[in-house]
Amino acid sequence: MISVVLPAHLRTIAGVSGDVQLDVAPPVTQRSVLDALEARYPVLRGTIRDHVTQERRAFVRFFACQEDLSHESPDAPLPDAVASGAEPFMIVGAIAGG
Amino acid sequence: MSKVRVLVGTRKGAFILESDGKRQKWDVSGPHFAGWELYHLKGSPADPNRLYASQTSGWFGQMIQRSNDGGKTWEAMDNKFVYDGVPGTHQWYDGKPHPWEFKRVWHLEPSLTDPDKVYAGVEDAALFHSTDGGKSWQELPGLRGHGTGPRWQPGAGGMCLHTILLDPSNHSRIYIAISAAGAFRSDDAGVTWKAINQGLRSEYIPDSTAEVGHCVHRIAQHKSRPNTLFMQKHWDVLRSDNAGDLWKEVNGNLPDDAGKRGFGFVIDVHAHEPETIYVVPIKSDSQHFPHDGKLRVYRSKTGGNEWEPLTKGLPQQDCYVNVLRDAMAIDSLDSCGVYFGTTGGQVYSSADAGDSWAPIVRDLPAVLSVEVQTLA
Repeated sequence: MISVVLPAHLRTIAGVSGDVQLDVAPPVTQRSVLDALEARYPVLRGTIRDHVTQERRAFVRFFACQEDLSHESPDAPLPDAVASGAEPFMIVGAIAGG
Repeated sequence: MSKVRVLVGTRKGAFILESDGKRQKWDVSGPHFAGWELYHLKGSPADPNRLYASQTSGWFGQMIQRSNDGGKTWEAMDNKFVYDGVPGTHQWYDGKPHPWEFKRVWHLEPSLTDPDKVYAGVEDAALFHSTDGGKSWQELPGLRGHGTGPRWQPGAGGMCLHTILLDPSNHSRIYIAISAAGAFRSDDAGVTWKAINQGLRSEYIPDSTAEVGHCVHRIAQHKSRPNTLFMQKHWDVLRSDNAGDLWKEVNGNLPDDAGKRGFGFVIDVHAHEPETIYVVPIKSDSQHFPHDGKLRVYRSKTGGNEWEPLTKGLPQQDCYVNVLRDAMAIDSLDSCGVYFGTTGGQVYSSADAGDSWAPIVRDLPAVLSVEVQTLA
């Protein structure tokens, strides 16, 4: 199972209170995780990546294993620790404002 | 006894303010969608418990919310706004072509007769509609396809379609306004459009009387006189008595502002007096606060030109808020109620057509929009 951490606003939108557990068939990539997330919670479509281009929204970041994976290819394999469920895939709203 | 329900969109959520017909004591609920920008909420005239809300965020994009019980509960609807065909380009701030990009929904206008039909005015400027209660959205591409589309450009707040008026006497007629393109009218339910900016003068564009390029802030209409429109432009208050084909300035004695008059964002019409209109003059396009630190609504009972300041109950010193374009509304009780919200978080109401005012709430987040429903 893949563990996904959502930012607070998206937890509210999706109606979940904690981390989301997803079954994702290999290869485990950003795209396959987000596809599975949006299939489980269709209301999240368009909130993390653009409806049309499927590109990450500018102020959303992807972290895992203490690394910023935001600029990795959406089809690059995620770290083994994410694929095994040992570490979460974190979707983060970028800090902005004052 | 009649009731009123005021729908308030703010920078950090939505609030619903309810009162009986006396409009003295108010129940406040919210924040709904806490932390999100609520650009606009509006109820269906055909089913007052059907509400639509535009919930948006710089981080997570657009959500459309719908309530079937007057705002007690909400359901997220489809948030996919995709331009029809190849979007093309409009002008950017530097005058260069810039691709059309959806950013947010500024205004939702439910059909006068069908609770499941609703129009959405969006940034970058386009008109969408839904005929299934918000479950899906389609662009009405004839507007952007108007030959002037590539010449439209954004105002300081973005290139937004912020005003949608549905003609109550002619269901094929729709008016819209865009900053900074101008006003447009469709006489075939949104299929084709005509620019209706003749008579507008805008010194901030190279040709001050151009067909498009005018920064229209708001248009208002009284249901009994659908061919008469009132406009609050970037500068100037104007009226048209022929469905927008020709406008004339009615600034009259509005406050002088270094030789010019009539800057502001909101404009609205009394519920029962079609020549009684309201504006909130704002000092210049660079300062955006009331003249002399005095928050004054100006009322004309003659359809413009002759204006009186309404001050009773409004702060008359050290007030430097703004009143944004969608933040004034009128109820339809016998004694007409007028409402407006400020960027300082106050929502003021008048139960006597503007003669006196009192704050319903004082400390909300910055108010983006105010709508009111008159309920049986």
